[in-house]
Amino acid sequence: MIIIVDYKAGNLTSVKLAFEYLGIKAKITNRPEEILAAGHVVFPGVGSAGAALRNVNELKLKDALEKVVEHGTPFLGICLGTQIIFDFSEEDGGTQGLSLLSGKVKRFASANFMDKVPQIGWNAVSIRKKHPVLEGIEDGSEFYFVHSYYPVPAFREEIIGETGYAGVTFASIVGRKNLIATQFHPEKSGRIGLQLLKNFSKWEGQAC
Amino acid sequence: MLTKRIIPCLDIRNRKVTKGIRFQGNVDVGDPVEMAAAYSEGGCDELVFYDITASAERRPIDLAMVKDVARAVHIPFAVGGGISSLHDMERVLLAGAEKISVNSLAVKNPDIIKEGAKAFGSQCIVLGMDPVRIEGKECKSGYEITVRGFREKTGLDALEWAKKAVDLGAGEIVVNSVDADGTCNGYELTLTSMIARNVPVPVVASGGAGCPEHLVSVFTEGCASAAIIASIIHSGKYTIRQIKEVLAKSNIPVRKKW
Repeated sequence: MIIIVDYKAGNLTSVKLAFEYLGIKAKITNRPEEILAAGHVVFPGVGSAGAALRNVNELKLKDALEKVVEHGTPFLGICLGTQIIFDFSEEDGGTQGLSLLSGKVKRFASANFMDKVPQIGWNAVSIRKKHPVLEGIEDGSEFYFVHSYYPVPAFREEIIGETGYAGVTFASIVGRKNLIATQFHPEKSGRIGLQLLKNFSKWEGQAC
Repeated sequence: MLTKRIIPCLDIRNRKVTKGIRFQGNVDVGDPVEMAAAYSEGGCDELVFYDITASAERRPIDLAMVKDVARAVHIPFAVGGGISSLHDMERVLLAGAEKISVNSLAVKNPDIIKEGAKAFGSQCIVLGMDPVRIEGKECKSGYEITVRGFREKTGLDALEWAKKAVDLGAGEIVVNSVDADGTCNGYELTLTSMIARNVPVPVVASGGAGCPEHLVSVFTEGCASAAIIASIIHSGKYTIRQIKEVLAKSNIPVRKKW
């Protein structure tokens, strides 16, 4: 069973519907015991980092999230869910993250009026490292992004995919052991995004 | 590179997709869920649904339809029309929509943008606006905001309103030219580029697309991040693939595989 973690950070329905469409059972929950018992954990989210982390703390989810990652449960971060598992985000005047990944999250600096912030739309992901969750997905495939901040992993070898926007090349897929995290929304990225979710559901947590 | 988005617009009346010129003489063109799935398969980058009679009939938006669309397509879509409160916004998002488009409601109550952005994030809140070209000095930008399907003028200057909406938390602005809407004579480039050059968030051009070249112009001269299309594809005159091929030939980045 796929467990989708609900920490009141936006709309999780589309994540659940994407798995359902694939014929994969998924459940939305905010209960630590259900997260701990999950076969796979999805940590999505939209909104702001400060509010998201407050909710994670209020719901007492931090422990459960740390434990599942430590115990090898396949874990997928999406968008804001990806940003807040780093050490630190510049958002909301500086926010301490959950430190499931090492590094920080920075804001796009718009150099000209066409570099809109947030970045909204489909952008290409250059695959830097083979990964079981990207099986069958071509290098340069486009995914749907909506974000004003981007991850900067501390370890280059944890960068699985990269994307260019507003004068920077940022890590759009980051992976460490049984954890993989995307800045884009696979659940809104059409057939290619569904392929990623399907791969994730079959993944047992080993990186290659 | 971030690609330019092509967004089919589905105006909904009694659960049918309908198309008229300047909100008049509407004819039904199909089923919203079937059309959404077909356009998604055909390579559109996003979709927008406007429940065009919900406000006038003072009824809430058709949530069952939103749910059906969310089950059928896995690309982002926005929903507008018949949204009158934060509670309505929440229900639309929980039904599976990615974004909510507010238009007349925001003019009447600008704070709804702020409240919506705070509750759900700016990326969910799209400001739709229907500016009309005006002579005279009432509006500095030369465009005045209309509401209620172009029927009422508001005295609001289009550019001032766009800037204010962004300050309040709108994450995207759909600029639907009243003068160009339904004409198939091309987007209103002056209006689109004026707004796009003066707000930090993406601007979506709407109204007037009649051929792929019109999209080329709005993505270059018009400085738009995305373009809404309706008649041009509802009529079967062009497919999304054909439009994207023309854009690609003009070196405009588009999503080519889906």
